[in-house]
Amino acid sequence: MTSTATVSAAATEPLAGRGQRPRRGIWSYWRFYLALSPFYVLFAVFGLYPMVSTIVLAFQRWDGLSARRFTGLDNFAFLIQDPTFWTALENTVVLFFMSTVPTLVLALLLAVMLQSAVRFTNVYRIAYFIPNVTSLVAMAIFFSSIFSTNFGLVNAALRSLGIPQQDWLGQPWGIKIAISTMIVWQWVGYNTLIYLAGLQAIPKDQYEAAKVDGAGAVRTFFSITLPQLRPVVLFTVIMSTIGGLQTFTEPQVMVGNSGGTGQSGMTVVLFFYRAAFLDNDYGYAAAIALSIFVLVLLFTAINWRIFRGRGEDR
Amino acid sequence: MRYRLRGIALHAALVLALLVFMFPFLWTIIMASNTTADIYRFPPKFTFGGHFGDNVRHVLDNVAFFQSMANTATVAISTTLLVLFFDSLAAFTFAKFRFPGRNALFVVLLATMLLPAQLAAVPQFQTMALLGWVGSLKALIIPGAANAFGIFWMRQYFQNSIHDELIEAATLDGCGFFGTYWHVALPSARPALAFLGIFTFVGSWNDYMWPLIVLTNPDHVTLQVALSTLNRSHGVDYSMVMTGALMAMVPLVIIFGIFARQFIKGATEGAVRG
Repeated sequence: MTSTATVSAAATEPLAGRGQRPRRGIWSYWRFYLALSPFYVLFAVFGLYPMVSTIVLAFQRWDGLSARRFTGLDNFAFLIQDPTFWTALENTVVLFFMSTVPTLVLALLLAVMLQSAVRFTNVYRIAYFIPNVTSLVAMAIFFSSIFSTNFGLVNAALRSLGIPQQDWLGQPWGIKIAISTMIVWQWVGYNTLIYLAGLQAIPKDQYEAAKVDGAGAVRTFFSITLPQLRPVVLFTVIMSTIGGLQTFTEPQVMVGNSGGTGQSGMTVVLFFYRAAFLDNDYGYAAAIALSIFVLVLLFTAINWRIFRGRGEDR
Repeated sequence: MRYRLRGIALHAALVLALLVFMFPFLWTIIMASNTTADIYRFPPKFTFGGHFGDNVRHVLDNVAFFQSMANTATVAISTTLLVLFFDSLAAFTFAKFRFPGRNALFVVLLATMLLPAQLAAVPQFQTMALLGWVGSLKALIIPGAANAFGIFWMRQYFQNSIHDELIEAATLDGCGFFGTYWHVALPSARPALAFLGIFTFVGSWNDYMWPLIVLTNPDHVTLQVALSTLNRSHGVDYSMVMTGALMAMVPLVIIFGIFARQFIKGATEGAVRG
């Protein structure tokens, strides 16, 4: 019965209290460590170890077969001279802006409308969210089909309006429009729901006070709704940044591993995938992976500063 | 009267948005039920056709659809069950018990959420090669069997929903640590488990890059990889490819349909609290 006694001692211990604790050997907590172990063991084997070896690998040259060779900063030196890397970086940032800005603006607009609607709100919410839980690959195929040159639905619509058809997936800007349209379609609903939840958390009396002061709808939106929503907006911007910097499936399925015409669908993750798993240039791929990590940190820090900084100025 | 008009305009805009969001699904069904020639006409055919059966047969002829669906289901179901068990057990421990190193371990857990997955992909592939798991579904299931997000999520829930007195009572009734988890914590956490379960299942079902890398045998791919192969080799036959896309989405739509409310409530909670 000693085991039960041990558990009860731990279980009845007040969590928040700072009182005297009975001194016990560390082995008496073995159940807790055992309960936590799956995550930490898996993380050590499939997370921590690979990440550390990525850092080591970034300073080596390795094709996966012959011996690894230490090459110092060569991979990084090559990386900053590689035009494909800069193309991929530029594409990723451009795609991020082309998809995130419309997504968040549309989501905010829909959320404000949805908040004033009384009926069917659950139907709208579920329908808006569905794009977010469907297969990326299936939808990438769908979007490449509607943007196809001779038979696509987009060109059919243009022709019926008397506008000449466009070679969407054969032109740099067309590829970007097709990819970002898909990202917008997939993420507007998700962000709408998050904004809606944020809107509903704003105290009603603030709106009443604004009404008493004679503020109009636009004025109320910019001086009450938007400032109160700032933490939620920060959350959506950071989530979009992390997602946007990892764009892979959309371009890979729509325009293939080459990145399409002028490599305009080449993103940093697609570039990484190619270097590692098509060219077997593992050291170089590791250097790209590190650059993606630095990029994510940088963007998150910038977002944080912009949104936090303004809040503290007030 | 003015309010009435505004209400109508509001719902008109909301319904328009709904149609835009639903259109890809509708158009997928239209494409899947017609021949590619019908779709490629100008103006295109906007009504359902009678070729769905033919398209399904073509899909089944060209890719091992049921095999890859079985693979995907195996991966998604096992990952989800393992995640639910390991994450909730760890979360319960973090939420309700004190032990040396608790805070340090929790900080490590949070830090892991900031690390992008790509950072690990190359050596992870080497690890899989070393273990002999390349080409095996284990390579998809095991690394994802427990995750920081789920532990963090469940811990929030346990902290708020289970009173310490409840645990004391269970202990007095003779429940050990695991018994308390199984009989007290788990049954009370059903809404949180439902969200985490769907979230994991959908993510696992739709995962693309890692299966593409690690499932090297074309006969043992997942649905998403099979679909991209179908598109690559038969991209001209859009009706057939979209039939495959439709077939790959059906299980997800059904599951989402059953748990939609629960899932949406859960998906938005974290953002507003944080």
